[in-house]
Amino acid sequence: MNSKVLSLIAGRIGVALVTLLIVSFLVFAATEMLPGDVAQVLLGQAATPEAVAGLREAMHLDQPAIMRFLGWLGGMAHGDLGHSYTNRMAVSELIGTRLGNTMKLAAITAAVAVPVALSLGILTAIWRGSLFDRAVSTLVVGVISIPEFMVATLAVLIFAVWLGWLPALSFGGSTDSIWDILRAYAMPVITLTFVVSAQMIRMTRAAVIETMKAPYVEMALLKGASRSRMVLRHALPNAIGPIVNAMALSLSYLLGGVIIVETIFSYPGVAKLMVDAVATRDLPLIQGCAMIFCLGYLFLITIADVVAILSNPRLRH
Amino acid sequence: MAIVFPTPRRLGWRLNPVGLVAACVIAFWAVIAVIGPWITPHPPGEIVDYDFFGPLSAQFPMGTDYLGRDMLSRVFSGARYSVGISLAAVMIACTAGIVLGMSAAVIGGMTDTIISRLLDAISSIPSKLFGLVVVAAIGSSIPVLIAVLAVVYTPGSYRFARALAVNVATMDYVTVARARGEATIYLIRAEILPNILGPVLADMGLRFVFVVLLLSGLSFLGLGVQPPNADWGSLVRENMGGLSFGAPAVIMPSVAIATLTISVNLLIDNLPTRIRDRSE
Repeated sequence: MNSKVLSLIAGRIGVALVTLLIVSFLVFAATEMLPGDVAQVLLGQAATPEAVAGLREAMHLDQPAIMRFLGWLGGMAHGDLGHSYTNRMAVSELIGTRLGNTMKLAAITAAVAVPVALSLGILTAIWRGSLFDRAVSTLVVGVISIPEFMVATLAVLIFAVWLGWLPALSFGGSTDSIWDILRAYAMPVITLTFVVSAQMIRMTRAAVIETMKAPYVEMALLKGASRSRMVLRHALPNAIGPIVNAMALSLSYLLGGVIIVETIFSYPGVAKLMVDAVATRDLPLIQGCAMIFCLGYLFLITIADVVAILSNPRLRH
Repeated sequence: MAIVFPTPRRLGWRLNPVGLVAACVIAFWAVIAVIGPWITPHPPGEIVDYDFFGPLSAQFPMGTDYLGRDMLSRVFSGARYSVGISLAAVMIACTAGIVLGMSAAVIGGMTDTIISRLLDAISSIPSKLFGLVVVAAIGSSIPVLIAVLAVVYTPGSYRFARALAVNVATMDYVTVARARGEATIYLIRAEILPNILGPVLADMGLRFVFVVLLLSGLSFLGLGVQPPNADWGSLVRENMGGLSFGAPAVIMPSVAIATLTISVNLLIDNLPTRIRDRSE
């Protein structure tokens, strides 16, 4: 039994690795489509043909694309992501200085969003059909159907412009006291929390309601158990698997949200680095950032899969 | 014998009031997308007010933007890009997804595995990231945007259509059709498609919402529709400077997006079950 679970999990991880390989190929291929000669573009119009040829050789542009792909892949395996076109710094170093910031933002958001979304999701499932449920569900559909930047602009309008509690857009002003740091993080975290929680509440509510359709929950109801006991003692333990699965999946929405939020609030994270790299067409940097994001995304999705396998014995066959 | 015409009411296609309002909002934006450029009160590209980030007024119902251009005219002419590009992309994505999904379900075996694995790989790239990488590599133009959006949303549509089609493909009448020696094309067109059409169309509506959101997100990052043209996402981007003093120019294009996407969601939630859940 146990070895079977292990082999299933190993299978999932294997699939994730193969997917990562395909993704890296897609990312590489996409950046290969750049029209024109990169060396020519970098050196400008006035470059001599010899200089262009020299740079092409130095950048291995004279080799076939497949060789460059393999070289890039090999470099990536031991942490060498190439050098930025614009400032010649190592991509891994550029990303390294920013990755911590993005992780911090994601961690704070998760710490706020998970408890809030979990309790709201379970409560709406308990009081299904009530005014509370309908109010929360309407709000959730509202947040899901508007763009992230609208959530962010609304947050700025409400908390900075009308109420005047928080600084509007500036990030990285004074960071002398804990209070300043809290104030600086508040707006991005509020925005991301709204975006991520909406997904989480929806999925958690669906997972609990799905479990409540099971015969043993009906049995508890017939036995005379109270509604909260029915949910908390009978349905919830069996819904934990699907809920954790839902949490991991909705955390992957952080990645999309983070790109918008870091741009709006000029937060010095990897996503901002990548958006700036797109503006300057800094391909190695874009490739590096893209791979980091895909890695994080695949990691979360694989966790969701593994949790689903562990929590539901029926998926093991 | 009197001839009974199949009115929407008889077919069970009646909408409830919420669905009706949502349908009206969608129809409004659809009409604006077609005739928008001709009914703008001011030329959308022309500076008509000395004041930038002007407030709401009778002359400029949505205020003015960062250069003093009329926001209402700009939102109206932006509808064409937001709605048009999204519609084209969702059509391509869903057609590809549904055809591939039905083929995979009917043919099965290796074909199914290969298509599924490949599309899974595409869907494991976060959508905004995919847009960023492609646009960075080949630059942004309307055909590129449509292609990117279509590629991003094909896997989801495929998975949905395949899941439905797999259930239908095991039905007795499909087995009978197979035994009759019908070709795959016939099975897909005559046996599978009519039985999954309702839910698949509802799914297409939801996917349209995702496409509108992704397009506006890309435009907001400056990677979507390029100046001098502007869709609703680009309008928010160019007016971000007015956010810190609450200019209506920042919020109005977002409101336009929200009315459209929320209406589509509401319409689908309130569709008669007969259309939505035909296969269940």
